[in-house]
Amino acid sequence: MPTTLRDSPGARVGLSIAVATGLYGISFGALSVASGLDVWQTAVLSLLLFSGGSQFAFIGVIGGGGSPVAAASAAALLGIRNAVYGMQLNALLHPRGWLRLASAQVTIDESLATSTGQSDPVEQKRGFWVAGLGIFVLWNAFTLVGALAGDALGDPKQWGLDGAAVAAFLGLLWPRLRSREAGATAAVCALATVLAVPFVPPGVPILVAAAVAGAIGWFGYRQGPEGEGLEPDVDPYPGTDSTDGGPHS
Amino acid sequence: MTLWFWIIVACVVAFLTKLLGYLVPRKWLTNARVARVAGTLTIGLLAALTVANTASTGQHLVLDSRLGALVAAAIALWLRAPFLLVVVAGAAAAAGLRLLGLP
Repeated sequence: MPTTLRDSPGARVGLSIAVATGLYGISFGALSVASGLDVWQTAVLSLLLFSGGSQFAFIGVIGGGGSPVAAASAAALLGIRNAVYGMQLNALLHPRGWLRLASAQVTIDESLATSTGQSDPVEQKRGFWVAGLGIFVLWNAFTLVGALAGDALGDPKQWGLDGAAVAAFLGLLWPRLRSREAGATAAVCALATVLAVPFVPPGVPILVAAAVAGAIGWFGYRQGPEGEGLEPDVDPYPGTDSTDGGPHS
Repeated sequence: MTLWFWIIVACVVAFLTKLLGYLVPRKWLTNARVARVAGTLTIGLLAALTVANTASTGQHLVLDSRLGALVAAAIALWLRAPFLLVVVAGAAAAAGLRLLGLP
C-alpha cells in the first residue's frame, strides 16, 4: 500500500541523506580551490562529474602535482562502480527515455543505497529520486559556498586544508573497510603507492595502485562477501548492514 | 586550458560510465568478477589517494603535519563522527601542528 509522499519512508531517508551528503560539498569546494582549480572548474566538476569520490580523486591528484591526464584517469577508474550501480538501479526502476539520462546522472553511492534499502517498489523509486536529486541540488550549492570561501581564505596550508584532504579520503575509504579482505586490499594498495612515489611522476602512483587493486579483484574474486567496496560513504540506514538488505545481490 | 579539457573529459567519461550500467545487458555486470573488480578498485584508489596526500610531496616521501591530520581523522571516524566533522578534525590537526612549528 503506497503512502503519500509526506509519510513515505523512502523519501524521508532520501531527504536526510541529501542534507548530510550535500553539506559536505563545502569541503569539496574549499579543497578544490586549494588544490589549484578555479571556482568555475570546481562548479563544473560538481555539476557534470557529480560523483564525490571521483571529484575528490581529480583534485587530489592535481593538488599533489599530478597531471590533468592522471587526474582524469583516477576519476574515471573510481567511477567504474557507478556502472554496477546503474545496472542494479535499471533492474529496480526501469527508467525510460530522458528519465534514463537523468537517473544515470544521479546514480551515486547514496541514491543506490537509499533505493535498495527499501523493499516496496514505489519507495525504492521515491528513495532514489529524493536522494539523487536532493543531493544534486545541495551538493552543487554547497560546492559553490565552499569554493568561494576557500578562495577567500588565502594560504590553504595555514588553514590545514591539505590535512582536510587527507581526512576526506580516509573518510571516503573508512566505511568500505568492513571485512578483513577489504583492509588487506587497502593496505597492499597503500604500500604500492608508497613504493611508487619516488620512481614515477606525481599522480601515477595512484594509477599503479589501481592496477594492483584491479588484479586483486580479478584474481581473488572468489574470496570475501559480494559487493565488497561498494558501500556508500554516508550510510542511509545506520545500524543495519545496508549491503545485505537490498534485493540487488 | 589543458586542465579544462581534462575536466570535461572526466565529466563525459563519468556520465557514460553511469549510463553504461543502464544500457548493457544485466548478465554482463552481474558477473561476480566484474562486481569484485569495481569494489577492489574503489578501495585501492581511495587507499592510494589517502596515502599519497598524506606522505608525498612531488616525488618525495615526507612525514609532516599531514600525518597528524590522518591520525585525527582516524580517531574521529572511530568515534563515528559525521564526514564533515572528520574533515574539520583533519584540518584542525594539520593547522595546529604547524602552529607548533612542525613542517
